[in-house]
Amino acid sequence: MRFLKKTYVFLIFAFLYAPILVLIVFSFNESKSRANWEGFTLKWYMELFQDRQIMSALYYTFLIAVLSSVIATLIGVAAAIGIYKMRKLPQNLVLNLNYIPILNPDIVTGISLMVLFIFMKMSLGFATMLLAHITFNIPYVILSILPKLKQMNKHMYEAALDLGATPMEAFWKVIIPEIMPGIITGFLLAFTLSLDDFVISFFTTGSGVSNLSIVIFGMARRGISPKINALSTLMFLSVLLLLIIVNLRISKDNPERRAKVERSKENGRYLSDIGHNI
Amino acid sequence: MKQRWLAAPYLIWMIIFIVVPMFLVLFYSVAEQTGEGWRLTGDHFRRFVDPIYINVLIRSIVLALVSTLICLLLGYPMAAILASREYSRKKIMYMLIVLPMWMNFLLRTYAWMTLLERNGVINSFLSLLRLPALDILYTNQAVILGMVYNFLPFMILPIYSVLSKIDESVIEAAQDLGGNNVTVFRRVVFPLSLPGVVSGITMVFMPAVTTFVISRLLGGGQFMLIGNLIEQQFLSSWDWGFGSALSVIMMLLILASMGIMSKYEQDGGGGALW
Repeated sequence: MRFLKKTYVFLIFAFLYAPILVLIVFSFNESKSRANWEGFTLKWYMELFQDRQIMSALYYTFLIAVLSSVIATLIGVAAAIGIYKMRKLPQNLVLNLNYIPILNPDIVTGISLMVLFIFMKMSLGFATMLLAHITFNIPYVILSILPKLKQMNKHMYEAALDLGATPMEAFWKVIIPEIMPGIITGFLLAFTLSLDDFVISFFTTGSGVSNLSIVIFGMARRGISPKINALSTLMFLSVLLLLIIVNLRISKDNPERRAKVERSKENGRYLSDIGHNI
Repeated sequence: MKQRWLAAPYLIWMIIFIVVPMFLVLFYSVAEQTGEGWRLTGDHFRRFVDPIYINVLIRSIVLALVSTLICLLLGYPMAAILASREYSRKKIMYMLIVLPMWMNFLLRTYAWMTLLERNGVINSFLSLLRLPALDILYTNQAVILGMVYNFLPFMILPIYSVLSKIDESVIEAAQDLGGNNVTVFRRVVFPLSLPGVVSGITMVFMPAVTTFVISRLLGGGQFMLIGNLIEQQFLSSWDWGFGSALSVIMMLLILASMGIMSKYEQDGGGGALW
């Protein structure tokens, strides 16, 4: 029975990792073909950094991910606090509207934003793609912060005021530190969602501005250049490395910190959300 | 309290970028431009009632349902094994399931093209073993495979998180009361894991029924899903009216399936991942 279980787990992991293994192996393949192995090479890794199209896509991917997650976090923190203080009825209305971009299929969000931009006579490109990313990021930021606000002791803010803090001080020194874990979760979630987005970007960009997903989609039917395999191998290895470092650090640290990380992970189920925008 | 006004920037943002676009899509789905301006029409929705398009809708639903079922059949045992007491290294296993999602999903789907090709990796392997070749690229089977591959973690993770929270003593109590393994599973474990199953099904079915990428890469041109149809209306035939009507239909489909699923959801706590 135990053997059977182990085999099953192994088979599922083999299924999940087979395509990734293939991508990595073919990044070292001498030939451009995606089927035949013709010897080991590192040339795709060299050429990767000279490829204008890929480098520009990489640049836009990260630029948009950074800008959109920072802006979405700023708007989202303010909005979460505002929504938290609202009366019941408007609060419910806003929260329901906030769910629209999360529940709507990405393709519908994408085309409705495209229709809006064309309707407003905006030319599709960097600005429209950035606006779209901020739009689909804010709801996730708000939803990561609201639970933290609800957990917070309501009287802390007033206590700070009674002890002589100005409202500004109370805001920055009491409320913000209390909800910080939620802010960080929301920011990371926004960042990864933006980094990985294809569908919404595909409909809201134009005039030569592409992110990595769009470049890959464009290449897929003709055959993807091994340079992309090389790039994704590098990205995959950096994520793997990052996760290993984080885990090693946690197990080295004292139990208290460990418990804290565990707790923040509970809130950080976002990891599994990343592939959701398909 | 003036802090309420902190929400103002987002409210404006929301109206411009969430509410107005929704209304634009609704508007285009029932409007038609004539010489003297816009007029109300049901033509776009009527056009949909054509066997060609109805078949596309049915195909989308059927493929998504089959993939969801396969994900459930493959994912439930996996989640149960990982959640079981004797299985150590849970954290690493959890990470190993999440990790593939860090790789661009278009690339992972593309990798299946490499694997499935007529002289691709799988067939070279099969011919080495003198087995008949597998020729499923650009068919429905390949699309289902792509969906299962991409969305399987969405089924495993919520079920795993519900199963690992079940109180051991409940199961022991059931065993003490004379339930054999099958009865304990059927009457205790499975009902308790239902919220996870429901959110898993929702999280697999929704993206599967709306995808246009997987069908575009792994399915042949003739195997179009409703997502492809919408994409085509907006990016190549420029028929915003029909495209908007299709989008409205897709939104209704999602709303309906959420309605059905929420009926099975107990105390609304099933959204382990939300």
